[in-house]
Amino acid sequence: MITAGIDCGSKNTKIVIFKDDNIVSTASVLSGFDQEEAATEVLSKALENAGLERGEIKNIVATGAGMDAISFADDKVTTITANAAGAHFLFPSVRTVIDIGAEEGRVLRVDENGKVKDFGINEKCAAGAGAFIEAMARALEVDIATMGELSLKSTKQIPMNAQCTIFAESEVVSLIHQKTLKEDIIRAVHDAIADRNTSMVRQIGIEQDVALIGGVANNIGFIDSMNRNFGFDLLVPKELIAPEYVSALGAAIIAKEKMGG
Amino acid sequence: MSNAESDKEYWRWTETRYTNPDIKWEEGTIISAGVDVGSVSTQAVVMVDGEIYCYSSMRTGSNSPDSANNAMEWALEGTGLSLDKIEYVVGTGYGRVNVPFSKRAITEIACHARGANFIYGPEIRTVLDMGGQDCKAIRCDQRGKVVSFLMNDKCAAGTGRGMEVFADLLQVHINDVGEMSLQVKEEPEPVSSTCVVFAKSEAVGLLREGWPKEKVLAAYCAAMAHRVVTLLLRLGIEEKFAITGGIAKNIGVVKRIEDELKLKAPEPSIDPQIAGAIGAALFAKALAEKQRKSG
Repeated sequence: MITAGIDCGSKNTKIVIFKDDNIVSTASVLSGFDQEEAATEVLSKALENAGLERGEIKNIVATGAGMDAISFADDKVTTITANAAGAHFLFPSVRTVIDIGAEEGRVLRVDENGKVKDFGINEKCAAGAGAFIEAMARALEVDIATMGELSLKSTKQIPMNAQCTIFAESEVVSLIHQKTLKEDIIRAVHDAIADRNTSMVRQIGIEQDVALIGGVANNIGFIDSMNRNFGFDLLVPKELIAPEYVSALGAAIIAKEKMGG
Repeated sequence: MSNAESDKEYWRWTETRYTNPDIKWEEGTIISAGVDVGSVSTQAVVMVDGEIYCYSSMRTGSNSPDSANNAMEWALEGTGLSLDKIEYVVGTGYGRVNVPFSKRAITEIACHARGANFIYGPEIRTVLDMGGQDCKAIRCDQRGKVVSFLMNDKCAAGTGRGMEVFADLLQVHINDVGEMSLQVKEEPEPVSSTCVVFAKSEAVGLLREGWPKEKVLAAYCAAMAHRVVTLLLRLGIEEKFAITGGIAKNIGVVKRIEDELKLKAPEPSIDPQIAGAIGAALFAKALAEKQRKSG
């Protein structure tokens, strides 16, 4: 059976096509201002990649901030539910999932069957989300894709006083003026966002194994800061699928389960 | 858009200085000064026997001591008065411990309450100080002494910095934001995001939907007003109520705070952005008197 999960994120719309417990195709496009258009585009892209026809997809489940806009979806599930299903599929040993997206951060505890036990969401403040790193990359005039690598070159830990993204921008600018090394500033940026998310995880409790998913989990500097905070290595999806697709994967798995598969 | 236009600094509010022509400092008994080094702006106020003689208000630079020196230098410009003739200087604000020529540092909360008492009179019991990077709700007594306070200094929502971001985004000069936001016929729903970063994306969406700038500004001023009203209500308001700090000059925010509270804030006769420095200068005068008695 072939199913699809579409994750309509605030920044990117992602799709996973799932066939007989295998990921056969993924695609991602910018969400833009028309979520339905983005979803249509990402679906045809993924179908083309896999050499499939629209009619072969038996069930489509939407998730993410813009899921209500996708009229062609057969069903929808919350990001929390989708995250749990996706993370459990990739890492059956996982008990805590941390999902850091462009504009939201979520933490959830799951049981051995991947069922959600507890969760927390930050959707009010950019300081714990990808938007924070983006804003700092802009202030530093550094390509966001190189942020992770650069911060690993840092040898010095400097504190960031500001929590707010807007205030942190000014702080980064004054650090630049004080001739602080860019890599040290970038590490401070990653430490700051890691601290915010670590305290969110502490609120619901940490149980190993812990997985880190969402677009920000592509940033090796952020992973490093998180690993240091936790004192052990977090599980980050890599071989099977990139971390930003876990929610779409979960939706595709749920789409299959809903068909009795 | 031309380069010149995109480079324009819409957030840059007007820096000011003033000398009171009716005062001759040479005839004064006690000359005191207060310097308020805020995260965004720095003010220096010089008082002769407890009356404002001259002041300056300018942008804070990258280091506090320089900002304090510059503000004091500019305040004294053309007056013939020099720093060594000022008997006592009190520093306040975020950079208060870095005012090189001050004898004491006093918190901006105490200074704003004292300054509001001076500007608006002894009936003031609640002061809302809306600064560049923080916002404080302060309760005080008839002498301007602080009774209790609440403060947000963690988040840009409800601060001047947040308004600067919007001025830049909409390319409306920060001095004109308030007036412009009142040009709407009907009040729109306030911007729903708290975070300034998200509010900015929300505003971009509204512009794309065809909202005119004044409507977007109205929605943001209302959101900001609501944010600080929450702080005030948590503290509890006792009348009379007054607003200090840079945002007190933004009629769009002030009017919406008044509407939400169903209370009028008195109109300032003196620039409300210098309230903290006024308070510091008044404390400096009292300390100078004490010093004379004991010395």
